Amino acid sequence: MHEFSIVQSLMNTIEEHAARQDAQTVTRVVLRVGPLAGVVPHLLKTAFDTFKDRTVAEIAELVIEMSPLELNCRDCLQTSATDTVRFKCPECGSLNVEACEGDALMLERLEMEVPDGPA
Amino acid sequence: MCQDCGCSAGSGRKIVEVQESVLASNTSKARANREILKQHGILGMNLMSSPGSGKTLLLEKTIARLRDRLSVGVIEGDLETERDAERIRSTGVPVYQIVTGQTCHLDAFMLHDALHRFPLDTLDLLFVENVGNLVCPATYELGTHLNVVLLSTTEGDDKPAKYPVAFKNADLMILSKMDLLPQTDFDAARAIRDARIIRPSLEVIRLSARSDEGLSEWLDYIDGAVQRLRG
Ligand SMILES: Nc1nc2c(ncn2[C@@H]2O[C@H](COP(=O)(O)OP(=O)(O)OP(=O)(O)O)[C@@H](O)[C@H]2O)c(=O)[nH]1
Ligand SMILES: [Mg+2]
Ligand SMILES: [Zn+2]
Repeated sequence: MHEFSIVQSLMNTIEEHAARQDAQTVTRVVLRVGPLAGVVPHLLKTAFDTFKDRTVAEIAELVIEMSPLELNCRDCLQTSATDTVRFKCPECGSLNVEACEGDALMLERLEMEVPDGPA
Repeated sequence: MCQDCGCSAGSGRKIVEVQESVLASNTSKARANREILKQHGILGMNLMSSPGSGKTLLLEKTIARLRDRLSVGVIEGDLETERDAERIRSTGVPVYQIVTGQTCHLDAFMLHDALHRFPLDTLDLLFVENVGNLVCPATYELGTHLNVVLLSTTEGDDKPAKYPVAFKNADLMILSKMDLLPQTDFDAARAIRDARIIRPSLEVIRLSARSDEGLSEWLDYIDGAVQRLRG
């Protein structure tokens, strides 16, 4: 269970970006997680809700977008995407596949409230 | 947000496209670690496995066989206790213990601190024994050159299929405790097939730290890597 460590570094990144925009409040945090990232989405959410207290993300909602696993088939040479960690080519059924792009753990986007510029 | 009623007057909403890996700081620290190892001409190996697969016993055996020709150091990661570090220390090589407390893995920052406290100047080879855990350590690259995953015959051959993340960046899988194979239903071919589906380039050594089966193959693997690093 290393979701707490993940959320700790996530919080640091959020604080940095919020400070850069002078934002007091972050309202939405969008993460993209691949099936090989090695994190459990609901544990990530629990960890996030525990950590966000008294931070700039106190009221933020964490949105986790699962990204598919990309498989390169070494037999039919097709690239396809699957949602499960199932290393089988959906095109030809071959097990001779290589996974790529599966371990994304990416802070995609932040929504925040920023002060109005000088009127 | 308005301080008085919480309405959003006086502020605007902004969407920032960040597109930054959550592990970015670990990744750059790992790069720094790699640079430190490079400057000292040290080969770094990260040993990972479930608790009790035989990491420390393998290290004890390896040190005994290598110490005449290579200068070896060990960094131990453990949740609690210095026991593994004590075992290694009694072989006479330098060892540093990272006690991680509640943390189920080593990360590049912990290794970085340890590297600064370690006598690196005379070293050829640095082993990092990660926390016994087949899940979490795989997420954190450390900056070592090679990732070695031990899978013991007593754990079951289904582990690569069940814990794919552990094998995704592995360079070598050691099937450990081969002496116990006859007492188990472990199907090595199946474990290897499943692991190579996740990591096609994975090398495999069957080894027993009791009977020394496969030990010379492992030592050759290390020598080969040290030679490659020296170029
Ligand atoms: N029969 C047999 N037993 C082994 C072998 N390797 C290790 N063991 C035993 O397995 C137990 C665990 O070995 P360790 O080397 O402590 O395992 P570890 O991976 O370092 O364990 P943690 O650090 O706690 O994760 C010990 O009782 C070892 O003596 C082996 O090749 N054959
Ligand atoms: Mg150990
Ligand atoms: Zn195919």
